[in-house]
Amino acid sequence: MISLVSSVEHPKGVLRESLKDVEVVRGTTLVKRGFAHMQKHGVIMDVTSVEQAQVAEEAGAVAVMVLDKLPYDVRKAGGVARTASLKVIEDVLNHVTIPVMAKCRIGHIEEAKILEETGVDMIDESEVLTPADEERHVWKWDYTTPFVNGARDLGEALRRIEEGAAMIRTKGEPGTGNVAEAVKHIRLVNNEITKVKSLFANNDSQELVRAARDLKISYEIVVETGRLGRIPVVNFAAGGIATPADAALMMRLGCDGVFVGSGIYKSEDPLERARAIVLATTFYDDAKIVAEAQKMVDERKSMMGLDAKNMEFRMQDRGGNI
Amino acid sequence: MKIGVLGFQGDIEEHVAATKEALKKLKIDGSVAVVKTPDELREIDALIIPGGESTVIGGLALFNKSLSVIKDRIRNGMPVLGTCAGMIMLANRTYDRVVGETKQPLLAVLDVLVERNSFGRQRESFETELEVSINGLEKLKGVFIRAPSIREVNQGIETLAKLDGQVVAVRQNNIIGTCFHPELSGDTRLHEYFVKTIGS
Repeated sequence: MISLVSSVEHPKGVLRESLKDVEVVRGTTLVKRGFAHMQKHGVIMDVTSVEQAQVAEEAGAVAVMVLDKLPYDVRKAGGVARTASLKVIEDVLNHVTIPVMAKCRIGHIEEAKILEETGVDMIDESEVLTPADEERHVWKWDYTTPFVNGARDLGEALRRIEEGAAMIRTKGEPGTGNVAEAVKHIRLVNNEITKVKSLFANNDSQELVRAARDLKISYEIVVETGRLGRIPVVNFAAGGIATPADAALMMRLGCDGVFVGSGIYKSEDPLERARAIVLATTFYDDAKIVAEAQKMVDERKSMMGLDAKNMEFRMQDRGGNI
Repeated sequence: MKIGVLGFQGDIEEHVAATKEALKKLKIDGSVAVVKTPDELREIDALIIPGGESTVIGGLALFNKSLSVIKDRIRNGMPVLGTCAGMIMLANRTYDRVVGETKQPLLAVLDVLVERNSFGRQRESFETELEVSINGLEKLKGVFIRAPSIREVNQGIETLAKLDGQVVAVRQNNIIGTCFHPELSGDTRLHEYFVKTIGS
């Protein structure tokens, strides 16, 4: 069952419409979170062109994410990273049957509106792009299109859900080909959930209130998280996944699916790698198939990884403390 | 009674939960398992194919050789319920509203033509009160997410629900297909209806 907790009253994104002989309601929490549930156990792949999108679909992606540049190239290029060209997004929308997502800058309510108007299936308010607002994120209840947001810890994830995010992903460190930061974030989330879960099981309201204060979120959503024993919306892994083994690792740690950014198209064997990552994600609990998937890729063709630890410029810190 | 939920991709857990709840309400002693391999698929009495992406589910079922096993079992009478992507998997033929003809692996056991993404993209997804022609189940909450519709219904197929003139749920003997997601609605009556068809 989909958790509907922390929905706001009368959000602007909910639209009532009359078809020929029936009334329908669009943009409800159920419909938005439900969309994310359809992505589970799947791989969402970053693409920069319609050709790459078609290859991704052929390889078994559950959705594609359209960007102007892959996170690795954003990192190399520097400057300001903005939402992708609408022409490219429209081209992809018209040529693949799977959902199409695109990124807007953190807090850029107008880029988000434009993406909604263009018809993308989900908007990623992403730290890969240069934040437009240092103080706040998009108030996502105003949109009919669902949003996904990144998070490094439980508080950040639940704050984004309270703003209306229908799906969460770990931030990791984008464009590095280094899975270590994504592992750190999911481990942290899991540990915090274990704590909240036990507080809920012990019916310890006082400590639950304290947890809400510490995490800077409402009491209601802490209780819901404790009751469910997980983040109340679908939670994917993202940031630094480069090999089938990386994808299987993130699934093993409890993620509902994976985003792969630079890992595919910054490798020298993108099609085989995309297929292999899909297999490793679905069959992560079958070591034989994960090994078979890993055999499909060549480590000499993997993207060159970056050490995220001593990096001066970290995308994950963007928008994290608000 | 052992009911399997096809476990490649999509909202697998929601179907497991709804089916367990349905068994409990009907006081039927049965189990629900996530199934992927040909061996697991040979050991179940009924199958549910969840919502998700039909291109992905089909590709993975082809990869691990379970597609032909599922097809044989359905042809030999195993009850099956497919919701959204699951219904597309069951269909004989399918095309996409925008992209047109697609080549994707299908089970091709349900004699219908399906239009994918028929009601539009995610922004156009909706919930509605749906009228259903199943005894004792007149109205259901219909959750339509990038949903398909059934464009041609051939002989011997019972229409279970229509929405705005489009067929959105059908039954052909042991096969039930819905364009919407009963597993997301919090109402287990459609799962109960499916469970009751098993062994009848």
